[in-house]
Amino acid sequence: MLLIECPWCGQRDQTEFHPHGEAHIARPEDPDALDEAAWGDYVFFRKNPKGLHYERWVHSHGCRRWFNVMRDTVTDHIHASYKPGDPKPELPITADGGDTTGTPKT
Amino acid sequence: MNRYSIFSLLRNAVNYHQDWQRAWRSPDPKREYDVVIVGGGGHGLATAYYLAKECGVTNVAVIEKGWIGGGNTGRNTTIVRSNYLYDESAGIYEHALKLWEGLSQELNYNVMFSPRGLLHLAHSVHDMQEIGRRGSAIRLNGIDSEFLSPAQVKEMVPFINLDCRYPVMGALLQRRGGTARHDAVAWGYARAADDLGVDIIQNCEVTGFRIEDNVVTGVDTSRGMIGAKKVGCVVAGHCSVLASMAGFRLPVESVPLQALVSEPIKPVLDCVVMSGSVHAYISQSDKGELVIGAGSDLYNSYSQRGSFDVIEETVGPVVELYPIFSRMKMLRQWGGIVDVTVDRSPILGTTPVKNLFFNCGWGTGGFKATPGSGHVFAHSIARGEMHPVAEPFSINRFNTGALIDEGAAAAVAH
Ligand SMILES: Cc1cc2nc3c(=O)[nH]c(=O)nc-3n(C[C@H](O)[C@H](O)[C@H](O)COP(=O)(O)OP(=O)(O)OC[C@H]3O[C@@H](n4cnc5c(N)ncnc54)[C@H](O)[C@@H]3O)c2cc1C
Ligand SMILES: [Zn+2]
Repeated sequence: MLLIECPWCGQRDQTEFHPHGEAHIARPEDPDALDEAAWGDYVFFRKNPKGLHYERWVHSHGCRRWFNVMRDTVTDHIHASYKPGDPKPELPITADGGDTTGTPKT
Repeated sequence: MNRYSIFSLLRNAVNYHQDWQRAWRSPDPKREYDVVIVGGGGHGLATAYYLAKECGVTNVAVIEKGWIGGGNTGRNTTIVRSNYLYDESAGIYEHALKLWEGLSQELNYNVMFSPRGLLHLAHSVHDMQEIGRRGSAIRLNGIDSEFLSPAQVKEMVPFINLDCRYPVMGALLQRRGGTARHDAVAWGYARAADDLGVDIIQNCEVTGFRIEDNVVTGVDTSRGMIGAKKVGCVVAGHCSVLASMAGFRLPVESVPLQALVSEPIKPVLDCVVMSGSVHAYISQSDKGELVIGAGSDLYNSYSQRGSFDVIEETVGPVVELYPIFSRMKMLRQWGGIVDVTVDRSPILGTTPVKNLFFNCGWGTGGFKATPGSGHVFAHSIARGEMHPVAEPFSINRFNTGALIDEGAAAAVAH
């Protein structure tokens, strides 16, 4: 079970949240202009990486707001959570090499 | 290969079981194969077996990063059935079920296929409509399916609590469904494939593909480069990782799926009972353990463990439906990484890279398909075009929109 940081409410139990898959997928400007391949690609195809994953969560049993999380899918360690529209964070997050969950980097 | 029989058992008993032959060799990889199968789970091993047995392609290697059957094949709750809604699904799962019925004889290996009957419980009006629709569709496809009243359910499972928080309003029964021994399926296919000349190479991880002019020519592995005229990738939860090595993406997300087993008890449950809407799947193994399948986590992960809350959600209904299990101790719990597609149907197909084939997306329910999937995938690889039973499961369906939506249809995971 994960401890997830909502950018508005702070750290809460994972059961308060709902994940919604890969983040930073921009909706095509002009969907009508896309062919089958491009539309299918946008709707269904995902990176599904083994490692760092940028993903969307919604605080469904809390403030009900959406935000993004940067998590390692091998360890399930959460490196950062950030508001929609914020730039994609990179590793390392803080000056001392730790991350926003307060876990020092080892 | 020494055939297993009552006589070989007697002969070896006389020698205190010292002289049993190894079930398969452990060869060094050759420089090149006609076909390399990546992934030594049930599906990969079955593919290799049918390539050698039926397609005349014996220069084949199965390359497995760990030990064979150590992936989802050895982690699943072993439910076998073919009662799916759509014709395409009926095609592939029933093809598999027919092969299950003769598999122990075919492989000369006891896979302990046990068609003990499988119940899908309905707990609501919606569930009743769902089993009504699906049950009729299954029968139209010539597959066995019966509707049971709550009283008939009680006859099969006398200790079930019909009138509880999850009232049992009826059930769908597939008598030919049941369970099989998961490890034995991997071992049986491995032994039979090895006997036909297939090299099974364990502890060898594929780390990349050799691709020239968009044609695959081999794989890079932790034991060096291995050439291949054709490559079949059957790596379940890791399919996106392998696809990204080959330069494309898949319509798949990998999530943990959990199961747990109890301490062993005397025989009490002689069928499989599934309950899709409350996520409680239960059967009793021949060792006496209750085997309980849980739901999957909703977030992508390769961690091979799942969340506590998922177990709680599963055990709650189990205790409610079967109060006599409430004080049993659970011995083990584990997770596997399952490759889930949006329509909950698998992907078998060619890829953007020539001579590279993928078989994946079986998600939470591919064990039952092992023989059928291996069989049609082998024929597809050998011919270079998809077998008619596999054809509808192409990657392309996510572009054309011809989804085979078993997820929405059955709301049942396994
Ligand atoms: C808890 C649980 C319960 C389930 N219950 C059921 C059920 O009741 N009924 C049912 O039908 N299905 C069930 N399933 C699903 C079923 O287990 C799978 O769909 C099926 O076993 C997949 O078989 P496979 O051979 O494709 O994959 P796997 O058995 O996972 O084999 C893939 C292999 O590929 C290897 N591999 C990965 N990457 C590489 C690499 N880079 N190089 C070399 N090798 C690699 C892995 O080590 C692995 O051994 C369940 C799954 C789980 C996890
Ligand atoms: Zn919040």
